[in-house]
Amino acid sequence: MRKLHFHPCGNFREGYEQELTIYETDFGRTAVFLSLVLLFALVPVISGPYVLYVINIIGIASIAAIGLNILVGYTGQISLGHGAFFGVGAYAGAIFATALHVPFWVAVPCAGLVTALIGMIFGIPSVRLKGLYLTIATLAGQFIIEYVLVHWETLTKGTMGIVLPKATLFGISLEGDRAFFYIIFLSLILMTYIAVNIMRTRYGRAFVAIRDNDQAAEGMGIPIFRYKLLAFAISSFYAGFAGAIWAYYMISITTEPFNLGLSVEYLAMVIIGGMGNIAGSIFGATFITVLNEILRWLTDVFMNTGILQGVELSIAPIRELAFGFTIVLFILFEPRGLAEVWRIIRSSFRLWPFSY
Amino acid sequence: MKSLRGRPSIFSTAKQEQKTADLEVARLSLSFGGVMALSEIDMSVHAGELFAVIGPNGAGKTSLLNCITGYYRPQSGKIFFNNEDITYLPPHELVRRGIGRTFQNIELFPGMTVLSNMLLARHIHCEYGFGFASLFTPSVRREEVAHRHILEELIDFLEMQPIRNQLVGSLPYGLRKRVELGRALALEPNILILDEPFAGMNLEEKEDMVRFLVELNEGWKQTMILVEHDMSIVMSISKRIMVLNFGEKLAEGTVDDIQDNTEVIKAYLGDESTL
Repeated sequence: MRKLHFHPCGNFREGYEQELTIYETDFGRTAVFLSLVLLFALVPVISGPYVLYVINIIGIASIAAIGLNILVGYTGQISLGHGAFFGVGAYAGAIFATALHVPFWVAVPCAGLVTALIGMIFGIPSVRLKGLYLTIATLAGQFIIEYVLVHWETLTKGTMGIVLPKATLFGISLEGDRAFFYIIFLSLILMTYIAVNIMRTRYGRAFVAIRDNDQAAEGMGIPIFRYKLLAFAISSFYAGFAGAIWAYYMISITTEPFNLGLSVEYLAMVIIGGMGNIAGSIFGATFITVLNEILRWLTDVFMNTGILQGVELSIAPIRELAFGFTIVLFILFEPRGLAEVWRIIRSSFRLWPFSY
Repeated sequence: MKSLRGRPSIFSTAKQEQKTADLEVARLSLSFGGVMALSEIDMSVHAGELFAVIGPNGAGKTSLLNCITGYYRPQSGKIFFNNEDITYLPPHELVRRGIGRTFQNIELFPGMTVLSNMLLARHIHCEYGFGFASLFTPSVRREEVAHRHILEELIDFLEMQPIRNQLVGSLPYGLRKRVELGRALALEPNILILDEPFAGMNLEEKEDMVRFLVELNEGWKQTMILVEHDMSIVMSISKRIMVLNFGEKLAEGTVDDIQDNTEVIKAYLGDESTL
């Protein structure tokens, strides 16, 4: 085994290969490995059903948020249709499972591919539109997809929804939160790894170039439109993949959750987590999901305990209010998101406890 | 001129001999509404030349470059590069065919380091596909390291070692111009188009830049088109010069031809009779 390097007082590299690693030191590598071991060994054992459910939802949201971050944070194409793409993935997975009887492990990636294709179609306006105008075009995509999901009844069964068969993986029936925990988080690790790799090769560099200065990017030989479509495809693939897993996890799905609110929520995850930061997407997904649960619990408390007699109805929208308020606070005080907060915390502990 | 720092591998003699660069512009016209930016321009540049385009402000020099590099679409006329009609190809296709350029108003990525800026220029030379990239296979790693080696040779040549990891946004103007030259060279262009590479530089920076350009052109046979206002530089380093005035070609020839041309003198200094 090679000797581990922790470099507390500087990182002296001896080859260009060492600059291509994801973690600068073995400390980061070991820390991530240990926390993953803890996550898989400990969390599903000690968590109750409700907590495990929330953790699973965080995992699914993280996959979708990473996808949106590739599009919004790295490529600079703001999309308000991510919730709808998530829905397309959920429905594609459900239709693959019920109508075509495709096994779970095929249906989920295939749903991702179908969503990627649809994402590319709704990415076509990006050939001419930039910034806010493109955002409005993706908003139209959101409404078109919602409409189609509700009204194409032969395929989606409209408002009745679809009930999915039980997921099985290589003969093992996946039931309950614990089995899904392993599926979701293994997928999340794989998808994170792929996203990180894409971002450190020529594809990621091209995305960032398009975001920062598209004229110069074109001058570097990057076909802008093709790469914007690629970004839409990757982003929708992540959304569709997450949506299909979500559909299996929820067992029955209807069109309601995939509304504009969900799209805004994903955008909030990316902004709060940190635009252009893969780990930030996971932080953002965690933050928003937990915030959602806390706010739901709070409104329940207010509604049921009757401390505030007569104002229950006006208390109900407090969720949206608090939600919006958090986003505004983040944009004001930490526009680079939770990822930046995490970086600051980490760097202040770099020489702990013997800092100068 | 002999290089003191060694010759970057992308400028090896074998590689330079493969780079054909014959640019033909035939009766090119471009107008914006009623303004004729270029009218019936003919021009030809051959491999190994340093061809300069000069002219007063608004003469159409940058418009001509933008037509050649695909940013503007001319109304009539043709542009041929190595006998291929490239008139209406988009910029990214032209870069792949070997036309690299720098911009008048520096189009770098200010939020990236010098290295990442130059790495972007290697995009067209990356050969790995999406699947390999998403798994970062050893072959991708090897290729990335090879590109890094090429960039380090260019960084050595342009004497940018101390700034390789600095953000471009924090660099002074003269150095940014140098980074942009480095980025254009990393494209390995057959023909390098420089739009006012000396603008806004002090004397030392100009001297360094001249040194680089002369070494590139005379030492390593890099074909170049240079648009520049500084006459002393243009007259001392270019082989052939074309003069534009109000979108029309006024003269073309060697340095001596241009210096003695009465039309050119009139365009720059005015007519004696109007005094």
